[in-house]
Amino acid sequence: MDSPSMSAAIRALLRRDLLLAYRHRGEIANPLVFFMIVITMLPLGISPESAVLGSLAPGMIWVVALLATLLSLDSLFRSDFDDGSLEQILISPHPLYFIVLVKVFVHWLVTGLPLALLSPLLGVMLFLPEAGFTPLFLSLLMGTGVLSLIGAIGAALTVALRKGGLLLSLIIMPLYVPVLIFGASVVRSAIEGFPIAGELAVLGALLAVSIVLAPMAAAGALRISVNG
Amino acid sequence: MAWQWFYRLGSPRWFYEKTNRWIPWLATVTALLLITGAVWALGFAPADAKQGNSYRIIYIHVPASFLALAGYYVMAIAGAIGLIWKMKLADMVMKSAAPIGAALTFMALVTGAVWGKPTWGAWWVWDARITSMLVLFFLYLGVIALQGAYQHQATADKASAILALVGTVNIPIIYKSVDWWYTLHQPATLKLTSASSIHPSMLYPLLLMIVGFYCFYALALMFYTRAEIVQRERRTAWVNELVGAAK
Repeated sequence: MDSPSMSAAIRALLRRDLLLAYRHRGEIANPLVFFMIVITMLPLGISPESAVLGSLAPGMIWVVALLATLLSLDSLFRSDFDDGSLEQILISPHPLYFIVLVKVFVHWLVTGLPLALLSPLLGVMLFLPEAGFTPLFLSLLMGTGVLSLIGAIGAALTVALRKGGLLLSLIIMPLYVPVLIFGASVVRSAIEGFPIAGELAVLGALLAVSIVLAPMAAAGALRISVNG
Repeated sequence: MAWQWFYRLGSPRWFYEKTNRWIPWLATVTALLLITGAVWALGFAPADAKQGNSYRIIYIHVPASFLALAGYYVMAIAGAIGLIWKMKLADMVMKSAAPIGAALTFMALVTGAVWGKPTWGAWWVWDARITSMLVLFFLYLGVIALQGAYQHQATADKASAILALVGTVNIPIIYKSVDWWYTLHQPATLKLTSASSIHPSMLYPLLLMIVGFYCFYALALMFYTRAEIVQRERRTAWVNELVGAAK
């Protein structure tokens, strides 16, 4: 029996994952609602004054975006694992690297991208200075990609555990440190009037390195989780 | 032929029996080094001109920090060997290295805080090095948590080996980014003494302590690994004999 070509397999997987995401539209909204609720809590907990919030906004938005991504990561492989389709994917003849990459891409498309698109609204709510809006969007656009890619490793490691959610955050968050530092500093530099090309380039480099390495580690982790 | 020793290392029983003979020697050397180093450092090394006697905590702080970092690499390399050659012993070493490394990192953080209070006037400062040590501590905790989460030991070993390796790739990036973050946002008011600027009369006891800590680390790793071996091989004939003989 001939197996379909790799590009056909990737297209099929892309279509399936996007369709699944579309059928569970409510789940796409959850991280976004979480994002907005936490941002609403901040002025209540800290101070409603624009000067205070404005100076805290870049870091706050980044930290909350990070948490929102973390919360959605647990479902990356979970439903496929539960209904057994993950095992089918694992025994397919196509390299697992690309399959993981496609799944992560869809995850980013339904969480990272909406978070980045929503960020200007939250910037307004937190009195982010005007110069920071485009850099915030750009840094979130690239940074959430890195977050999804690194997070996929944690999701793959914990997929077979019944209560993997908290553990996933525990093992993945330390690895998010560089993304958070550079992501937030892009926005801060822009507000203070410094050039941001260098820092954006570092974020791009982090993205490139994680595209190459993270799916490999996640693929290895998936094989261990499912077979073990 | 040349690689025979490598495969022999893979046998937990071989390791257990070998270390039976190594431990008394290593323990003696460790005790001698640590006692000599500590007495010299605390009793005879001169007090610092500016910091007085409070600087003496570096004789614990510096060796602990060295081994906190080195221990992560020991753990990651053992994990890689376990993943690649499926060596049982390497998996056990990896599992044993995690709590020891976490303890040393914690010790480095606490001694740093104790030193920071009289010197900088604060228990905690968001300095680049301190922050990256804290992140290292969290990385260790992640590996320990992952080890404990699985039902099957073999899965736990492989999963935490992958996590340790991912952490290894990340440690230089984390270190560099934290360094960059610190230099951007805070004036460099706090400078740690660089190793070259320390006077020989203070340096020699420090070197003794560092070598002593390395020996202590090796010793602790052996004890943990031996306990792990007995635990995991409890159904084999040789462990039963060993336990029977002890009774």
